[in-house]
Amino acid sequence: MFRYLSLTEQEKQRMLQAMGRGSTDELFAAIPENIRLKRNLDIPGPLSETEVLRFFKELAARNFHADDNAYFLGAGAYHHFVPVVIDALISRAEFFTAYTPYQPEVAQGTLQSIFEFQTLICQLTGLDVANASLYDGSTALAEALLMAERTRGRRHFVLSSLVHPQYRAVVSTYTRNMEWKIDLLARTSQGLTHLDAAASLMTDSTAALVVQYPNFLGGIEDLSRAAALARRHGAMLVVAVAEPIALGLLQSPGALGADICVGEAQALGIPLSYGGPYAGFFSTRDDLKRHMPGRIVGQTVDADGQRGFVLTLATREQHIRREKATSNICTNEGLCALMSSIFMCTLGKDGMKELAKQNFSKAHYAADQLERRGNKIVYGRRFFNEFVVTAGAPVARINARLAAEGIVGGYDLSRDYPEMANQMLVCVTEQNTRQEIDRFVQILSAAETAA
Amino acid sequence: MRTDPIVNIRESLIFERSTPGKTAYSLPPLDVPAADPRSALEPALLRDEIDDFPEVSEFDIVRHFTRLSTWNYHIDIGMYPLGSCTMKYNPKLNEKLWRIPGISACHPLQDDSLAQGNLQIQFELQQILREITGMAGVSLQPAAGAHGELTGILMARAYHNSRNQRRKFVLIPDSAHGTNPASAAIAGYQVRSIPSNADGRVDFDKFREALHDDVACLMLTNPNTLGIFERRIREIADLLHEKDALLYMDGANFNALMGYTRPGEMGVDVMHLNLHKTFSTPHGGGGPGAGPVAVSRRLEPFLPVPLAAKKQDGTYCLDFNRPQSIGRVRAFMGNFGMHARALGYILSCGGAGLKEISETAVLNANYLRHRLQGLLDLPYRQDSFHEVVFSDKLQTKKGVKTLDLAKRLMDFGFHPPTIYFPLIVPGALMIEPTESEGLQELDAFVEAMQSILREAEENPEIVVTAPHTTKLRRLDETRAARQTVLRWRRAPEQDKTPREAARAGD
Amino acid sequence: METTSPANLYYTKDHEWLRLDGDTGTVGITDHAQHQLGDVVFVELPEVGDTFKAGESFGSLESVKAVSEVYCPASGEVVQVNEKLKESPEWVNSEPYGSGWMIRIRLYAPEERQHLLSAADYAILVQQEER
Repeated sequence: MFRYLSLTEQEKQRMLQAMGRGSTDELFAAIPENIRLKRNLDIPGPLSETEVLRFFKELAARNFHADDNAYFLGAGAYHHFVPVVIDALISRAEFFTAYTPYQPEVAQGTLQSIFEFQTLICQLTGLDVANASLYDGSTALAEALLMAERTRGRRHFVLSSLVHPQYRAVVSTYTRNMEWKIDLLARTSQGLTHLDAAASLMTDSTAALVVQYPNFLGGIEDLSRAAALARRHGAMLVVAVAEPIALGLLQSPGALGADICVGEAQALGIPLSYGGPYAGFFSTRDDLKRHMPGRIVGQTVDADGQRGFVLTLATREQHIRREKATSNICTNEGLCALMSSIFMCTLGKDGMKELAKQNFSKAHYAADQLERRGNKIVYGRRFFNEFVVTAGAPVARINARLAAEGIVGGYDLSRDYPEMANQMLVCVTEQNTRQEIDRFVQILSAAETAA
Repeated sequence: MRTDPIVNIRESLIFERSTPGKTAYSLPPLDVPAADPRSALEPALLRDEIDDFPEVSEFDIVRHFTRLSTWNYHIDIGMYPLGSCTMKYNPKLNEKLWRIPGISACHPLQDDSLAQGNLQIQFELQQILREITGMAGVSLQPAAGAHGELTGILMARAYHNSRNQRRKFVLIPDSAHGTNPASAAIAGYQVRSIPSNADGRVDFDKFREALHDDVACLMLTNPNTLGIFERRIREIADLLHEKDALLYMDGANFNALMGYTRPGEMGVDVMHLNLHKTFSTPHGGGGPGAGPVAVSRRLEPFLPVPLAAKKQDGTYCLDFNRPQSIGRVRAFMGNFGMHARALGYILSCGGAGLKEISETAVLNANYLRHRLQGLLDLPYRQDSFHEVVFSDKLQTKKGVKTLDLAKRLMDFGFHPPTIYFPLIVPGALMIEPTESEGLQELDAFVEAMQSILREAEENPEIVVTAPHTTKLRRLDETRAARQTVLRWRRAPEQDKTPREAARAGD
Repeated sequence: METTSPANLYYTKDHEWLRLDGDTGTVGITDHAQHQLGDVVFVELPEVGDTFKAGESFGSLESVKAVSEVYCPASGEVVQVNEKLKESPEWVNSEPYGSGWMIRIRLYAPEERQHLLSAADYAILVQQEER
């Protein structure tokens, strides 16, 4: 017996006796002999608490991390301020050891907090309704395309090449076996999606036009124009947001004509976490709510007329509609959605604006400094907190130099766009001090001269 | 033994608490020149402020969410025997190790050389899950069980495609979880339902009849959703393989089997595990979970990219060089926070501990079955593994249904079991105590059930109107679905405050 | 459960009713069906001009935890749909044979009614199901 178990040998014997069984092995009699494991599992342990923690601390020492190192890396995951109240509140077992709120009378805390999350996402994205969250930004985008196909009954999509490459990869995995046609839009010399090309590719059988806002290279797309194009063909405009802090400054996708807005909530109070868990958000127009994937919480009353919340519109979901469901998704990312709710409440109206302005100012300061030292800012200044800079050497080499100074450099764009050799996607957030930025600029531009 | 209501302080929505001018954030002063967004962006692209975003103080937030939390039932307070969900104890150590900054504050795209520790966590977990399942390869990328199912079915599809076969059907027993058919449908398959036999197992003859050259795979949950072991699984696998079809195993109930048997030996080709069930990562009020997939040798080339790998020199890397891969199913590497916790849990248990976990989980379920049998109808009498499914057949005569029993359990301080699932049992009550519960807790649950069932005979009114001690009484789900209110909105008659009016006029 | 089935209607085994008026038919679900389904929360209807064969699904009814397809009793073209059910789905429960009607169709082959059940036959079917 070890510390996570609660039965002694004597208790086991008493239970077996009460049941008229000789040993626990009898309970496993249904497992045929030929598939039994006849040896012990070859797994280390059991380890004590001290040993487990020591093991993980040793591993931690072999990582760079954002508490100790300066990061200029974004590309879909962002190092932002995480207010301490978030961890204090989500560490309450009432939140993190509960399950999906199947029984609303004993889950009002989770349900009300999701209702608030849905509201905050609607406000942030400027749309009417939102769900309780999806796995992450990439899968939320795939779900958005599936929804567009379902509601429009069309299978042609026009997708910007400046949507996050990993989001596009997920879309492609999800849809590979469907008879869809997905056209990819090139970029303009301003680092924006080539909407003129969209105009010629879109037809009356196009289900949706898909862009990212700000796009993967940091550029801010003309959503109004994209919306007008989509409307002309009765298609939807799907907008993906990987850096939602930008929405503290930028007009909301809903206000600019998006039909569906999906995105990654990580920047809103969720630690970098080496990629997850994060939370995908999903909002749309009221008339499309019955086509939304995922869990949804709605307001109602109890038998005494008191306001309360329940999971609703469940007939869209897999446990009722099975193979005809709007999605196969079962759970949401409840605790991560809660983290981003607490984040948005903590920042509030003023904080979201202030935070966005700091990001904007610091990133633009970094761009100015780089340019002053002779590094080209490839697509000008139409960006939020990420931009592309030309380096004088392969990005991997520069990043190794930066790492030697304890700095994590930007994203090597040649990984996804082979023609973009020596081009780095730099992200600067409110977490980067002026000193860090200056140091980064110095090393990067020294690499330029050295090359 | 009725419990008193847990704290029931009323609390409004955070938006209703909002007071213009309040704030809860702190940022360092800007240490670079403020840049004017209007210099880079046309005015139409800028927003003034986010309408109706809350304005509250830090303590308002702490109060608000703390009060909300008190309305939740959760494992740390009591037994949560939700069948097929494996609501076991979530060790505090897991939370501690995850919060080591060097583990949780890493960026997913930082160079492999700067993330050796986290890559090792992923690599070792992959290796350990291979050992536990007896499968050839593991991907940690899927974010949840249903996501793992989809990944698995897409791999099955890729396998058939690679052999130039276009197969149409996926076979799924009628007792399966709804995610199985939904996942198969998203992967582009048509679903054929296979009935269960009188034993509660998949009807072997009906399966044989349905198996033809157009079948891509069978999705089988083992033990199945009735808690019964599919003892002919090896034969089923062999028959499938004769037709070059595959066997998918839904590993949602794997907590019953660790150290006793392995899907690898059963002939399974692809399966998923739920780290948030079997491997103790917290359920978080509905996620995040993690649904790694494990595959046999023939499906290994199709695993999603990237995988964590160990190089000859002993360092770790992400391996993208997998030409037959189905691609990505999620950005980055999946729910790494769950991977780290699961590894911590497995190392805490060790191989022998994992086996004892399954032993205890199965013993506990059988003990509950033994004590409740006779009081509740037991529609399938085959040996139970980690969970037992009863029905409300004996109680409906008095007008008391499963839903009523479930609600009444709340008044006795327990979370209800899973209800009305599996669908093949009308009025099902699916009870999974897990290994975490001790004998005292199990007996207390039995006593509560006995009391409720006595009430159902003698005073059904108190049962059908339950719960009586929770913050709210039964909620009107019809109203929620008819008059959908899915978000808060400012009441239209509510005028803007002077400050807001002033801002709007800026 | 005591439920009613008006004598002047035709019925299907799937619990729809058809009221004939010349070559036009009005379609809804029976009192028995609405009892089985529980509180209807959403009604999905076809569009005017859509055509259906007898036995083909023309829409669906959602209760809180179930979805039921609704099947066309006879072949024809939809000439009117009960738009008011979008706002008031509860009429399917409260007046299944009245304001809870779902669609009107122009029948292609009124003789198809021969394959439908009379009120008396339908009552027997319901009795059998309840047993």
